[in-house]
Parts: sequence; structure tokens; C-alpha cells
Amino acid sequence: MAEENQNGKNGNRVGLLERVKAGVKEDVQSLKSDLPVKAKEQIEGLKDPTKTQVFTSIFRHKHDDTPRNRALGVLSNVFLHLHPAKINRDAVRYSYTWGMGGITFYLFIVLTFTGVLLMFYYHPSKVQAFRDVLYLEHDVPFGKLLRNMHRWAAHLMVIAVWLHMFRVFLTGSYKKPREFNWNVGVILLVLTLLLSFTGYLLPDDQLGFWAVTVGTNMARATPLLGHEGPFGKMLGMTPYNDVRFGLLGGSIVDANALLRSYIWHCIGIPIVASIFMIVHFWRVRKDGGISGPAPVMLASEVKEPKK
Amino acid sequence: MDWRQLWEIVSAPDNVPIVGLIPLLIFYIYLAWKQAKANDELIAELETNPAMAKTHHRKSWPFRPGWQKEIHVWPFLLRIEFLAAMIVSIILMVWSITLSAPLEEPSNPNLTMNPAKAPWYFLGLQEMLVYFDPWIAGVVMPTLIIIGLMAIPYIDTNPLGSGYYTWKQRKFSIGTFLFGFIILWVAMIIIGTFIRGPGWQWFWPGQTWDHNRLIYEVNRDLPDLFGITSNLAKGIFGAIVVGGYYLLGGFVVHALFRRYNPKDYKRMSLLQYSIMMFFLLTMVGLPAKMLLRLLWHIKYVWITPWFNV
Ligand code: HEM
Repeated sequence: MAEENQNGKNGNRVGLLERVKAGVKEDVQSLKSDLPVKAKEQIEGLKDPTKTQVFTSIFRHKHDDTPRNRALGVLSNVFLHLHPAKINRDAVRYSYTWGMGGITFYLFIVLTFTGVLLMFYYHPSKVQAFRDVLYLEHDVPFGKLLRNMHRWAAHLMVIAVWLHMFRVFLTGSYKKPREFNWNVGVILLVLTLLLSFTGYLLPDDQLGFWAVTVGTNMARATPLLGHEGPFGKMLGMTPYNDVRFGLLGGSIVDANALLRSYIWHCIGIPIVASIFMIVHFWRVRKDGGISGPAPVMLASEVKEPKK
Repeated sequence: MDWRQLWEIVSAPDNVPIVGLIPLLIFYIYLAWKQAKANDELIAELETNPAMAKTHHRKSWPFRPGWQKEIHVWPFLLRIEFLAAMIVSIILMVWSITLSAPLEEPSNPNLTMNPAKAPWYFLGLQEMLVYFDPWIAGVVMPTLIIIGLMAIPYIDTNPLGSGYYTWKQRKFSIGTFLFGFIILWVAMIIIGTFIRGPGWQWFWPGQTWDHNRLIYEVNRDLPDLFGITSNLAKGIFGAIVVGGYYLLGGFVVHALFRRYNPKDYKRMSLLQYSIMMFFLLTMVGLPAKMLLRLLWHIKYVWITPWFNV
């Protein structure tokens, strides 16, 4: 056939046809023979998804239950690596930490989540704010539940922070080397209260309005910086330039106060609080993990530092 | 006994957190006290028995020699965290389904709420407005509370009781903290929530809120009792009284502290000691001023053209 093809035009054409035929046949044959094999391989592979490329690209190590993998599971995860791989066996006892720091943090996350959802329905303006809350209460699917959860989680967070501080005090966990972290904690306490307080005004109802009025009226009396405070007048403070004016964006609780509240509540304070929380958690680990339950110390063992 | 009034106050949605806070606090104080007691007993035992102190693991919780000291975070800690998150979520869900957040009429600057109350966690400060001018109750006190809290680790030099519950080794600091937290903060909040009614007047639980009640209380200033009339004399007199309180009070505290806390006293530097004195006396000053008001109807102690205390 080879010689013929070299001379005749027809020969060429016949050869091509033959070759295509043969090729197609081969393809069909390969489909018949390879597909089942590959399908089998595929199914076999699915039986152990941990070996797939997608899986191994996400999870960087094996998960069979060995001490090494238990440690890696915590260390190679960006969220879990806040934790060390191993901790003191007593430190997981609920009765020591009461879990209140962790619960506070969890509530902060719940509040962020429900808060963002609330923001989809809320306009911080005098015309709309109250109506938006009514709309949430009556028309938005699960809107009432959403608002309730945000409200009660906020109250719970305040309680949880207090209890957390209380247990940190009672266990003497602010002592060396944790002095600094206690201070970070105090700032977090203040920020938590401010978060709650700035949120109070947002429904723009009587309750929030008067609570914030009562609260900010005290700012009038700030020494030096308030127009009714000691020495305020001497420094030229008036209702139109003192700290209260700065807080409210006006001399009364009105549209500007609502907007300022909103921005502090939804952007300003959450960001600052998040930063302090990161520092707080970081320091818990750097200071050697949870302070206890430590072995008790006797008075006779105290080494008095030389003066 | 007006049960309806009582129920209205207790069941107001925003008051529920405080109603919940009280049993929570009682439970956690009990939990802490139980552990402190166990530790204190162990400490007492080890102190009388030096041989035992050498070998004992020093914890009031059982510990077997064969046990590993450390355990894996996964799963032993993470499962607890997960469980806690679940429980909190369930509580929050049930609470949110059964109880609705309050929503009053739209805000109206022309219609004063009576009583107009701050959010519950600030009611302690609002209660202080009865006894102090706003610049003290609203500005100076919160500032001092924050600074005071921050100062704690730097003035409490006692090395004992770090990382375990104890009472005997830290009587003074724990007592002071309980006084500040439970009496001056939580109790004031409870009064502000449950007792204060219209016009911020005192209504016992179950007493009907009478919006027209007026109390004719003639409040006097301390200088008046002494017949001092000139402004200058009032200013000087007040300064002497307040200064005298800090000096005399400081002396009394010094006498007691030196005797009952000799070790802490020896350890503390002059700066630490004075800061502690200042905060302690200021703290005790609150109930002192409250008593002056409640028993003798005294409004101000120190009157100046610029501020009154
Ligand atoms: C938004 C508020 C806060 C969050 C989310 C938070 C979170 C946490 C967490 C998760 C821990 C680990 C141990 C535990 O759960 O108890 C912790 C420890 C600690 N916190 Fe906070 N905290 C907050 C506020 C505070 C406050 C108000 C204070 C004190 C004034 C404080 C002081 C400390 C200290 C000293 C530790 C180390 C305790 C130890 O080693 O035993 N924190 N915090």
C-alpha cells in the first residue's frame, strides 16, 4: 500500500480513510477497556477521600488518631492554633475557669453575625430607624428572632465579662506575669460596656433615647471639658463645644447622635475590641497559658526579693 | 402588697438579665468558695506537716502518680468548647423565642420617661447621682473605677494565691474586691433596677409606684450645721473635712493594715501603699457619704464656687 500511495491520488484518500477507521476502532476499544478500570479506580479513590488532591491540599496532614496528628490538627489550623497542642490536665476543668472568657468571645461572634444581618435592614436616620425596627419585628422573616438574639446576647456578654473578671480576680490570675493581660482585659470590659451602650440608642425609641440622654447628660458635668462641670466655664465651654457636643454631634440627642452611635457601634468599637481581643488571647499563651489550677504555695516558701 | 407592680418590674424584659445575674453570682461564689475551702485545708495541712509538703502534688483535686500531666487540646479541650458553645446557643435561642426585646414608643424629646433609667449595667452610677453631683458620679467615678482596676496587679504584691482559689492567703484583697464588686456595683444596680421608681424615689418591692408622690426632704449642707455662712469659710471648712477624712482614715487604715497584713505592708513601696490608700479610702467614702445623706440629710460636705462634693 505504501508504494501505491506515493503515486496515485486515490491511494492517498483510501489510506486516510483506513487510518481513521482504525483509529476510531482503537478509541472505542480503549473506552471499552479503560473506562471500567478508571471508573473502578475513581470509586476506589472516593472510598478514602482523604487521599484526594483536593483534600490533601486543604488538610496538611493525616488524621488517623496518633498523638502527632492530634497535635498537628490544632497547630496547623489558623483558628485552632490559638491553642497550644497540649495543656495541663486540670486546666480543662470547668470549675476552675468557669469558661467565661471563652463564652464571652463566643457571644461576641454571635453578636457580630446577628449584627451584620440586622445591618441589612437598618438605616441610621431619624426618619427610618424606628420604622426599620418595626419592619424587622413584624415583616422580616425571623426578624424578631434576630433582633431578640442580638439584644439578649449583648446582655449575656456583659454578664459573662463580669463573671470572667470575677474569676480572674479570685484565682489571682492577674499576678505576675499576667499584669499586662489584666489591663488589656479592663480595656475589653470598658469596650464591651460601650458597645452595649451605643447600641441602646439605635432603635430610636423612648427607652434608648432617654437612657442615652441620661447617660450623656453626665458628660456636661465633665471637669474642665463639660460646660456644667467644674472649671468648664472658665475654659470657655458652652453646650456647643464641650465633650458632650463631640459625643452627640450636637447639643441634643438627635440625628447626628444616632449616626455617631451607629458608626461607633457597628464599626469603630468592634474593630478596636477585635484588636484588643487578639492581643488578649496572644498574651494568655505567651504568659504561659491559663494560670492554674496551680499547686498551692505556702507562706514559708515565699522568697522575698532583695530590696 | 402590690404583686402586679412587682411582677411588672421583675418581668420587664430588660430587667431579666439582672434577675438572672443574682442566682448566677450566688452559684459562682459558692463554686469559688468550695474550692477555696479545699485549698485552704490542704495548705493548713501542708504547713503543719513539712514532710508531706515535700512530696505532695499540692492540689486539692485528686491526682494519681501514673497520670500524664498534660493532655491533648484535641479532643479534650475542643470538645468542651464545642459543648459550651452549643449550650450557650440553646439558652440564647430559647430566651429569644420566649422573650421579646423591648420596643417603646418612638423617641420623643418632649415626653420625658419617668423614671428615665440608664441601661441596667450603668444603674450603679445613676444611683450614685442621688448622693453625688454628676461630675463625680458620671465622670470621676467611672474613671477611678477603670484606673483602680488597672492598678490592682501593681499594688497587690502578695505572691501567694496565684493560680488557685484561696481565702486565707488573700483575705484583704479578696475582701476589698468583694466589697467593691458586690456591694458598690451589683447591689447598687439591684437598687437602681428594683427599688427606684418615678422621680428616682425609693419604692420597696411590691409598693405601688405613685407618680404623684412628693417627698419633702430638707437637705442641709455640712457647713450649715456648724453655722458657717461665708463662702470662703465654707470652702476652707470643706477642704479641711475632706482632707481630714483622707488623713484620719488613712491613719486608721495604716494602723490596721500594719498589724493585720505585716508582710504585705513590708513589701509595698511608698507609691504602692499610697495608691492603695487612696483607692481604698475613696471606695469607703461612697457608703460614708450615703450614710451622711440618709441619716442626717446632708447634701454637700464641701462647697466651693466651682464644684461641690
Ligand atoms: C471581651 C472581653 C473578654 C474576652 C473575650 C476574654 C477572653 C479570655 C479568654 C478566652 C481567656 C482564657 C481563659 C478563660 O477563658 O478564662 C482569658 C483569660 C484572661 N482574661 Fe480575659 N477576656 C475578656 C475580658 C477580660 C477582662 C474584663 C479581664 C480583667 C479585667 C480579663 C483578664 C484576663 C486574664 C488576666 C486572663 C488570664 C487568666 C489566666 O491565665 O487564668 N479578661 N480571657
